[in-house]
Amino acid sequence: MEIKDMTAVGLSAGIRSGETSVREALDCVLKSISENEDRIHAYVTLEEPEKLYKEAEIIQKKIDDGSLKGPLSGVPIAVKDNMCLAGMPTTCSSKILENFHSTYTAEAVRRLKDAGVLILGKTNMDEFAMGSTTETSAFGPTRNPRNPDHVPGGSSGGSAAAVAAGECFGALGSDTGGSIREPASFCGVTGLKPTYGTVSRYGLVAYGSSLDQIGPLARDVTDCAAILSVISGHDPKDSTSLERKDTDFLSCLNEGIRGMKIGIPKAYFGAGLDQEVGDAVLKAASEMKSLGAEVSEFDLDYTDYAVPCYYTIADAEASSNLERFDGIKYGYRAKDYEGLHDMYKKTRSQGFGPEVRRRIMLGSFILSSGYYDAYYLKALRVKALIRKAFDKAFSGFDLILGPAAPNTAPLLGTSLSDPLKMYLGDIYTVPANLAGLPGIVLPCGTDAKGLPVGVQLMADCFSENKLLRAAYAYEESQKAAGRKCSGCRE
Amino acid sequence: MSEHVIDDDTIDNIEILAKLSLTDEERLQAKADLSEMLSYIDRLNELDTQGVEPMSHVFKVSNVFREDVVTNGDGSADTLSNAPARKDGMYQVPRTFEE
Repeated sequence: MEIKDMTAVGLSAGIRSGETSVREALDCVLKSISENEDRIHAYVTLEEPEKLYKEAEIIQKKIDDGSLKGPLSGVPIAVKDNMCLAGMPTTCSSKILENFHSTYTAEAVRRLKDAGVLILGKTNMDEFAMGSTTETSAFGPTRNPRNPDHVPGGSSGGSAAAVAAGECFGALGSDTGGSIREPASFCGVTGLKPTYGTVSRYGLVAYGSSLDQIGPLARDVTDCAAILSVISGHDPKDSTSLERKDTDFLSCLNEGIRGMKIGIPKAYFGAGLDQEVGDAVLKAASEMKSLGAEVSEFDLDYTDYAVPCYYTIADAEASSNLERFDGIKYGYRAKDYEGLHDMYKKTRSQGFGPEVRRRIMLGSFILSSGYYDAYYLKALRVKALIRKAFDKAFSGFDLILGPAAPNTAPLLGTSLSDPLKMYLGDIYTVPANLAGLPGIVLPCGTDAKGLPVGVQLMADCFSENKLLRAAYAYEESQKAAGRKCSGCRE
Repeated sequence: MSEHVIDDDTIDNIEILAKLSLTDEERLQAKADLSEMLSYIDRLNELDTQGVEPMSHVFKVSNVFREDVVTNGDGSADTLSNAPARKDGMYQVPRTFEE
């Protein structure tokens, strides 16, 4: 097999057996980057090639002397540009952080480096992870490698596109309301959002702190499991980090899907869902049934309330989290101003893009005196109801199956003019963030235009193993049927 | 859906809270956007949440304490190097008080 067609886990095994080398793996991605990046624009910052080759040599030595043995050692991986990496810029694709250089490394990224991963650079995203298309990036949009006239999804669109275009062998994204799963669906790759608290948020620039989770975007289910195994685990530097010991997500993969109970929320297949997407997702469900899963429909309560609940909470938290960008400690400062407060206002008005300003304004209003109870506390009460609805669902089902998005990737330039319509597209992904649940999205077909469709599986908190087992069984059946794996390029 | 009319006083207040200054055109847009979003969020009021505790965190967590011990080195020079203006090892800010 050519290096470019290998999975991350396959590549690392090849490097460790001496069949190939870290240098050859790097040659391969840099070639793909030079061929595709002008068109795709997946990266905001790429590490200098000389530094990468030097690092590749260091990793190779450690593999050769046996001090690096892990399933990702030697693999070139990309990181979303809202995670810090010491010595590199962290821009969040925002003008306000254009000149910011990280002074420390995010815990998830540090764990990857410790596992012998070669970090290629930082991927493009919607500004501060606010958006579903990567078009709110201050540095220009990323294009979907499956069809460059279309968006890659967002906010982790750069990470998804980099994986789909072979510009890396896997990537980290972050998911506050679907920002890993929706771009995975649009780009035809595999993406996983872990249970809240599984991956440390230390060094992740905060958007909605009670919802944010880092997770993998990868070429297949096994790669997702391998990356998650490396980045998960307790971190005292994140006070919401869970004391989780069950962080081996690889050994469960072969346990199969037989006997698993899978529920399909009826409301997920109502008005608003594109017919082709619905058909592809239900076909995946029936294939899982033929593999031995018990599949049935059920009523999931409060489905229509998840999006308004999510935007109330996320924007409130965002308005608070983004107060720190004040033109004093780091980032952009306006040139002409009169006094401190004018400097704050001008810096933020010039430094933030329209979507970020829109969410900060709504969040500020929601948290303001006189409205806090009516909006913010109300949303937190609805969140409790949504969580309860999932508790009820998981008392009868192992997994919940549905789409990741109501449609395939939209054309570039068609989404931002109607923000509310764009937000409504998050209906299938925000519930997992509100309830803290893990969710995985993997390819299950294409529409008539050849754009990928993803199927989403959600599990109860701490049940990533169930997600991965079922997803792996489905993926294996697809490979056996001759369909290409998620990361394999055309 | 109820109609939310966002008046100038409300926008003035949001500008102060959000630390943003809007042009006339942006004010009009902000009024329309906020009105639309608040009307949409209002649908949460269709649900009876009497007696439901607000859930700020999905797991039962309490404050996490640790001893106040320095474990990282002195990163002040690196940290300060990101500041848009600095002087004598300190952040430089516009005059805060009038003379």
